[in-house]
Amino acid sequence: MIEIVMWICGIMLGLASIACVIRVAKGPSILDRVLALDVMLLIISVALCLEMIYNKHTDFLLFVVAACTLGFIGSVTVSRYVSDQRNA
Amino acid sequence: MEMFLDILVAVFLILGCLMSLIAGIGLLTFPDMLTRMHAATKPQVLGFLLIFTGLAIHLRSWAVVPVLALAWGMQLLTAPVSAHMIGRSGYRTKHAAKDSLYADELKLVVDKVSSMPATGVIEVPEEEKK
Repeated sequence: MIEIVMWICGIMLGLASIACVIRVAKGPSILDRVLALDVMLLIISVALCLEMIYNKHTDFLLFVVAACTLGFIGSVTVSRYVSDQRNA
Repeated sequence: MEMFLDILVAVFLILGCLMSLIAGIGLLTFPDMLTRMHAATKPQVLGFLLIFTGLAIHLRSWAVVPVLALAWGMQLLTAPVSAHMIGRSGYRTKHAAKDSLYADELKLVVDKVSSMPATGVIEVPEEEKK
C-alpha cells in the first residue's frame, strides 16, 4: 500500500514544484519569486520526509529542520533588501 | 491495529502532499502578490503537521517526536514573521495590487511617514486612529 501512496504523493509534489518553477520564471516581482522558492523549499522538505517514510530511516530529520530555518532567513533577507530600495 | 495505523499514515501523507499541490496551483493561478501569499502559507503549518504526524506514526517511534516538534515549532514561529516582512515590503514597493483591497489600514501611517522628513517618530492624530 505504501507504494501506491508514494506514487500519489510524488505526482502531487511534482506538479506542485512545476507550478512553483513556472511562477519563479514568470513572477512579475522579486517577491513573487521569493514566495515561490519558499514553497519549493517546503516541497523539498516534504519529499525528504516521504523518503524517510519509504526507506524507514531518520537520517534526514536534521535536514528538514535546517530547511525550515533556511527558508525563513532567505525570505526575510530578500524582503529587507527589496524594501530598502523603495524609492528607486 | 497495524492496518489501521497504515491507513492513517496514508491519509495523512496524501492530505499533506495535497496541501503542497494546493499551494502550487494557488501560486500559479492567483492574480496578485497578496493572494499568492495566502496560497503559499497552506503547506507551511497544516501540511507539515500532517506529514510529520504521518512520519512519526509510520516509524512507530517516540524518539523522533521532539525533533519533528522542533521543526514544526520553527515553522510556526517563522512563517508569520516572513509573511509579515514580504507583505510589508510588497506594500511599500507597490508590488501589491492595492485597488483590490477592501480595507487599507496601513495607508494612513504610510502616507504620514512618506510625507515627512525621516526623523523616526510616527505621529498619527488621535481622531484618525479610530
